[in-house]
Amino acid sequence: MIVLNGERSELRAGETLAQLLLGMGVDADGRGVAVAVDGEVVPHARWGSFVLEQDARVEVLTAMQGG
Amino acid sequence: MMEDALTIAGRRMRSRLLLGTGGFPSLELLGEAIAVSDCELVTVALRRVDATPARTGGSSLLDVLAEAGVQVLPNTAGCHTARDAVITARMAREAFATDWIKLEVIGDEDTLLPDAPELLRAAEQLIDEGFVVLPYTTDDPVLARRLADLGCAAVMPLGSPIGSGMGIRNPYNIALIREAVDVPVVLDAGIGTASDAALAMELGCDAVMAASAIARAQDPVAMARAMRAAVAAGRLARGAGRIPRRHYATASTPERGLPEFS
Repeated sequence: MIVLNGERSELRAGETLAQLLLGMGVDADGRGVAVAVDGEVVPHARWGSFVLEQDARVEVLTAMQGG
Repeated sequence: MMEDALTIAGRRMRSRLLLGTGGFPSLELLGEAIAVSDCELVTVALRRVDATPARTGGSSLLDVLAEAGVQVLPNTAGCHTARDAVITARMAREAFATDWIKLEVIGDEDTLLPDAPELLRAAEQLIDEGFVVLPYTTDDPVLARRLADLGCAAVMPLGSPIGSGMGIRNPYNIALIREAVDVPVVLDAGIGTASDAALAMELGCDAVMAASAIARAQDPVAMARAMRAAVAAGRLARGAGRIPRRHYATASTPERGLPEFS
């Protein structure tokens, strides 16, 4: 089980971050998007090779009006 | 050649008005307000992708900002601990390719006042990681000095609570902060209307940040224009040197040559 943005996800351990983001409709270039797994930022360059482990907590953030 | 430029962390800006993007009714109005305000530094927040309405967030917001030619200043709005603020800043660096961060660490839900110990901890960590840190702080001159001593690129004291429109509650402290630090002082939060922005500049602030005051005004674009003029007027008045306050009148017309009729 993976927790994606605070909710249990259908995704299984073993998939890559890139696959997860593709499913969310995030552009491949990742402009304006940042990802943290278990509180650690995963840079754009590692999205393709980063394999999600069981119980990973993933946060996918983007720009929003604020401040 | 830029006259009377504002310099933060080596970046020179002609505008002394910073704009927050929160609260604008539409991206169209945000774009117009940026254009008439002439601001160069604009804040954005980071939120979960699935929570971001297409019209107010994501790439469309960044498109508007890119088209306006402004620099994005990400914030850590909503963070309540140094840890959360530091992680959010790291994510902002990744998302927007900027080392600049408006650091907010909130200590109270009702007033949204900063949590001083957590703020200092987060600032120290982020400066250590090479960030250009602009902390949202209380109007406490000692805390402002501590933040500047850590290496913050500017300090952003509040005039009154975020979004309250209460103006500058303690103008003496704002003036003391200007004396206490060598980095730019940006009055942040509490601005309600143009006179508040002018007062901030008259007190010696180097710039003013406005968000709700513009975004939630009945006519945001007109208010953006007013804020621009107010910041410029306050800056000029500060440079001109105001007259001292007195309890009694001082005649502006000479007594000499006054006739006597009886």
